[in-house]
Amino acid sequence: MERDVKTRWPGRLILLALFSFLYLPIAVLVLLSFNDSGLPTSWSGFSTRWYRSLMGNQDILHAAWNTLVVALFATLIATVLGTLLALGMETRARRSNGLEALVFSPMVIPDIVLAVALLTFLSRLNATMGLHTIILSHVIFDLAFVCSVVRARLKTFDFSIVEASRDLGASPFQTFWRITFPVLLPAIVAGALLAFTLSVDEFIIAFFTAGAGRSSITLPMQIYSMIRFGITPEINALATIVMAVSAGALVLSQWLNRENRSQ
Amino acid sequence: MTHRASHPNLLVLPAVAWLVVFMLIPCLMVLFYAFLTRGIYGGVDYIFTFENLARVFDPLYAKIFLTSARIAGLATLLAILIAYPAAYAICLAPKKWQPVLLFFAVLPFWSNYLIRTYAWIVLLNREGLVNNLLKSLGYTGEPLSLLYSEGAVITGLVYNYLPFVILAIYSSLSRLNPELLEASRDLGANALTTFWRVTLRLTMPGIAAGGVFIFVLSIGNFVTPAVLGGGRFQMIGNVVYDQFLTANDWPFGAALGMALIVIMIVLLLLQARLTAHFAGERREANDGA
Repeated sequence: MERDVKTRWPGRLILLALFSFLYLPIAVLVLLSFNDSGLPTSWSGFSTRWYRSLMGNQDILHAAWNTLVVALFATLIATVLGTLLALGMETRARRSNGLEALVFSPMVIPDIVLAVALLTFLSRLNATMGLHTIILSHVIFDLAFVCSVVRARLKTFDFSIVEASRDLGASPFQTFWRITFPVLLPAIVAGALLAFTLSVDEFIIAFFTAGAGRSSITLPMQIYSMIRFGITPEINALATIVMAVSAGALVLSQWLNRENRSQ
Repeated sequence: MTHRASHPNLLVLPAVAWLVVFMLIPCLMVLFYAFLTRGIYGGVDYIFTFENLARVFDPLYAKIFLTSARIAGLATLLAILIAYPAAYAICLAPKKWQPVLLFFAVLPFWSNYLIRTYAWIVLLNREGLVNNLLKSLGYTGEPLSLLYSEGAVITGLVYNYLPFVILAIYSSLSRLNPELLEASRDLGANALTTFWRVTLRLTMPGIAAGGVFIFVLSIGNFVTPAVLGGGRFQMIGNVVYDQFLTANDWPFGAALGMALIVIMIVLLLLQARLTAHFAGERREANDGA
C-alpha cells in the first residue's frame, strides 16, 4: 500500500493507542510485582520481596514442577508425532479435507467442550487421572501447532535433494537423519517452543483431566484458585515470571523460524 | 509422486490414531451422552431420551444462550472496529517495520490467558487503577464498580482475542492490489467511496475469519465470565462446567456442549462460503484492473 505524509500521523496515533491498550495492563502487573507494599494504590518503593515469598511457597513450587513435567512430555510427544504428521501430509499425493479437519479442529473447538469430552471418556474407562492424563490431552492441541509450523517449512523444501540422496544409495532412514531432519530442525524447534508455551499456559483441559486432589495441580490451576480470592501481590510476581517465560519462548521460536517467514 | 516420502500414510498414522482415540472418540461419546438419562446417584443411565436436547431450548437456557451470543457479538464487533484501523495502520508503516509491529501485536496472545484476564481485575476493581485515576482527576463520588459486569467481560474478551483479529485482517489488507485503489481513484471515486466500495469489500474474508474466530471462542468461553463476571451472570461455558462439576448432570452438560459445537460448525461453514464468494469477487476485480 502506498504512503503519503498526510496519512502518517493518524497511523502513528492508532498504533500508539493499540500498543497502549495491549501492553498497559501487562505493564501495570509487572510494575506492581516490584511494589514493596504490593498495593495498586501507591508506589512504596522497589522490592523483590514478593518474588522471595513466592520461592518459599511450597504449593506454587509444586504446581510449577507439575507444569514443567506436563509441558515437557506433551511437547516431546507432540513434536515427534507432529513432525511425522507434517511430513506425511505434505508428501501425500492428495490433500484430504477430513485429515485437515481432524488435525486443526482442536484450534477452534471451545476448550470447555474438549475438556468435558476428555473427562467423560476417561471416567468411562475408569482411568486414574493425573499428570499423565493432562499430558495426553495437551498433545491433542500441541500437535496442530507443531504440524502447521513444520508444514510451512516443508512448503519451501526441495524434495529433489531427498531423491538425490536415495539415488546415491542412502537408506530412507539415513536420508531422513542426514538430509531432511537438519533442514527442518529450526522449524521443529520453533513448533516445539510454541507447543511448550501453550502447554504451560493451558488451564481448563488440565483442570478437567487432572483428577481430584491437589497432587497433580498445575500452575494455571493454582493461579485460577488464587485470582478467585482477589489480588495478592504474589500473583503479580508469579504472573510476571510466567509471562517472561512465554515471551522468551516465543521470541526464540520466531527467531528460529525467521528464514521461513521472510520467504 | 513416488520420489517423495515412501509411506505418507504411515507417517500420519501415529498422530491420527492419537487424535481419533483422545479427541474424536471422546467427542462422539459426549454426543452419545447427550441422549442418555442422568443417573440417580450421578453418572448416566443407558435410557435413550431427547429430553436433554429439549431442555437446551428451555427459556432459562435459551436466555443464557442469547446472553452469551450478545456478549460474544458485541466483543466481535468491538474487536473488528479496533482491529481494522490497527491493521490498516500496520500496513501503512514502512515495509521493514511491519513484521516487527505485527509480532508485538500478536505477542500478548501467546502469554497466559488467565493472567491477561486477571490484569483487568487489577485495573477495574474498586481500589483499582481506573478508579484511582478518576480520583486524581477530581472525581469525588463513590468508586465505580466496573468489575463483575457485562462490560468487564466484553473488555476481557476483546483484549484477549484482539491480536488474532488484527492478524487476520492484516493478512487480507496486505494482499490488496494497490492498482485497484488507484483505478478507483482514477475513475473519480473519493477516498471514502474507494474505501467503502473497494478496500472494505475485498478485505471481507479477513474480517470474517477474525470475526468468526473471536465469536466462537467468546460464546463458549469459560474463564473470562468466571473471572471478570465474578460468577454473577453465566455464559454457556459456565453452565457446561456446572453441569459436569457441580450439578452432576452429565447428559445435559453434554447436550449444551453439542449445541456449542453446532454453532461453531455453522459459523465456520458460513465463513467458508463468504470467503469463497469474496475470493471470486477479488479475482474478477483483479482481472478487470
